[in-house]
Amino acid sequence: MGARPVEDLHLVSLTKAFGDMVAVDDLTLTIPAGSFFALLGASGCGKTTTLRMIAGLEDPTSGSIRIGEQDVTGLKAYRRPVNTVFQSYALFPHLDIFENVAFGLRRRRVKNIKPKVNAMLELVQLGPMARRKPSQLSGGQQQRVAVARALINEPDVLLLDEPLGALDLKLRRQMQIELKRIQTEVGTTFVHVTHDQEEAMTMADTVAVMNAGRIEQLGHPAEIYELPRSAFVANFLGQSNLIEGQRQDDGDMVTVVAHGVAFRLLRSRNAAAGGSVIVGVRPEKITVVDAADAARVPDGHNQVAGTVTDVSYSGVSTQYLIRARWGQELIVFEQNVIVGDRCDVGDEVVMHWAPEHSFGLDGSQDVYAGVEPAVLELEAAQ
Amino acid sequence: MRWLRRNLVGIIGILVLVYLFVPIAVVIALSFNKPAGKFNISWNQFSADAWTNLCGVPGVCSSFVTSIQIGIISTLIATVMGTLIAFALVRYRFRGRSTTNLLIFLPMATPEVVMGSSLLALFLNLRFPLGAVTVAIAHIMFIISFVVVTVKARLQGMDPRLEEAARDLYASPRATFRYVTFPLVLPGIIGAALLGFSLSFDDFIISFFNAGTLVTFPIFIWGAAQRGIPPQVNALATIVFLAALAIVLIAQVVSYRRRRALQGA
Ligand SMILES: Nc1ncnc2c1ncn2[C@@H]1O[C@H](COP(=O)(O)OP(=O)(O)O)[C@@H](O)[C@H]1O
Ligand SMILES: [Mg+2]
Repeated sequence: MGARPVEDLHLVSLTKAFGDMVAVDDLTLTIPAGSFFALLGASGCGKTTTLRMIAGLEDPTSGSIRIGEQDVTGLKAYRRPVNTVFQSYALFPHLDIFENVAFGLRRRRVKNIKPKVNAMLELVQLGPMARRKPSQLSGGQQQRVAVARALINEPDVLLLDEPLGALDLKLRRQMQIELKRIQTEVGTTFVHVTHDQEEAMTMADTVAVMNAGRIEQLGHPAEIYELPRSAFVANFLGQSNLIEGQRQDDGDMVTVVAHGVAFRLLRSRNAAAGGSVIVGVRPEKITVVDAADAARVPDGHNQVAGTVTDVSYSGVSTQYLIRARWGQELIVFEQNVIVGDRCDVGDEVVMHWAPEHSFGLDGSQDVYAGVEPAVLELEAAQ
Repeated sequence: MRWLRRNLVGIIGILVLVYLFVPIAVVIALSFNKPAGKFNISWNQFSADAWTNLCGVPGVCSSFVTSIQIGIISTLIATVMGTLIAFALVRYRFRGRSTTNLLIFLPMATPEVVMGSSLLALFLNLRFPLGAVTVAIAHIMFIISFVVVTVKARLQGMDPRLEEAARDLYASPRATFRYVTFPLVLPGIIGAALLGFSLSFDDFIISFFNAGTLVTFPIFIWGAAQRGIPPQVNALATIVFLAALAIVLIAQVVSYRRRRALQGA
């Protein structure tokens, strides 16, 4: 497979409006050949619309799509070297599994279809199911048929629209590994759409975080996670503590004062241009010590005193909610390395973290952007 | 008493079945009767005359064939036209679409007497000779309604993503129709056609108004009923009943076999 040299996919100023509603807004993006690319965003942010434009099922309002040097913007869906795994699979109910998988080859009058289909069914481990109808397969099996049906055409780009959304958690984890294996084996460019940030991070080489029709940030999962450039990304990809403050002075380190506490962060990790800065830190970067042991906090660390309001133990780690003096609740994950010695609700503690773990965001943003609605409701109730 | 309560549902079920099948059983039984007088209504003596001499009564076979022919022709025409109309109504936006949607129901909603007499008035006004053609036109009219309604429901119930998936998999618009849309709608079309045929074969009121001198099977029976229905009519009715039963059984067996074969695979 992949005898043809695979080519990069370029989206240039791609825009789609439905009446007044701009679903995809001036999207410019290059997806490298052979990469596993995840498009991550909340429901309704324009992910499906983007995929449909790439597949040719939706005409862009403006902008263009190129595969390598070839402009495919005006090309009909059935002429594009792109195939899709649909959100609901969309398997043909009147055809058996073999014919579903063979469909694309038959339409292109490819010779000697049988061994190809059988090999593909082997790849997705569905060999014995060839003569069954889609309705007789489990969700996970249907999902694999959908992948096989698209992949057998050796497309330049495979589009997957929330392919695992309909599966239960355990099967989803299993299929994530499976899809990753298949991608490595065939080397095709995968564009994988999902609203599950964990799925995006575990599977993809490159993650693009999408919000309201635009790409907020793009990069390697670890890169985005460690250094989010907007409040939306900080909250949507994992969780973050975001504290609003004002910039005080600049050296190698930027100092930001918030609620009377000074926080330091590396200049290179500050995305804010102006004086108002949001200081962010990931929950697992924070260490909690008893207030009595405050002297043990290393020099130069950022620190915040507070009261423990909630402890939830989950085996691998413990999650604390700690109320700072100014009333904001910060979230902290602590690995359960040391047995015993855990904090309890009501304990007075000091949280601290190294300045290089802070990041700075532009202060004009909503600190709750990208937080799950359910979490917001919970906080409002407290 | 306890026993009765526990088996009430079963007993009622059996009674309903008896209620449904006794008339059919009587029809079949009387096809083997040798009527004592003019009327074949009470059992007299066993005889296979009606079966060995099916066309023995003048007009019985020719009217039967006429009904079958009109049924087939009007069903064919109505099914093709109705299917096309259903596609147009579901797939295209045009002026008068909602009006058409409404009008298509009219033949089903109009009482047959009204429709039959109105059509007759129309044909007479146009000086159109009454006969097989006028009957067929009348039948096509009401069969179309059923076809449109059935095929429309089938089309609307179809996941639009299936056609998109076909386009995504290199099927041109024509190939998409041929390999995906049509096969998925076909069961609906077949169902509508079978229903349409049986409506046509069975129709008396509308046909009677517009038949002129043509004699369809229902018209023959009506005429015969005045003088006494010959057992040949029972025999032919039995054949129709058995044919319908065979179609239902074949459909059941085919779908059961397919399901079993697939589960065993
Ligand atoms: N055919 C359409 N007509 C009108 N609005 C649409 C259409 N398709 C999508 N939208 C709107 O565009 C936005 C983006 O939709 P979509 O791309 O499906 O989002 P996602 O896949 O990220 O959940 C949504 O607000 C949706 O309501
Ligand atoms: Mg979607």
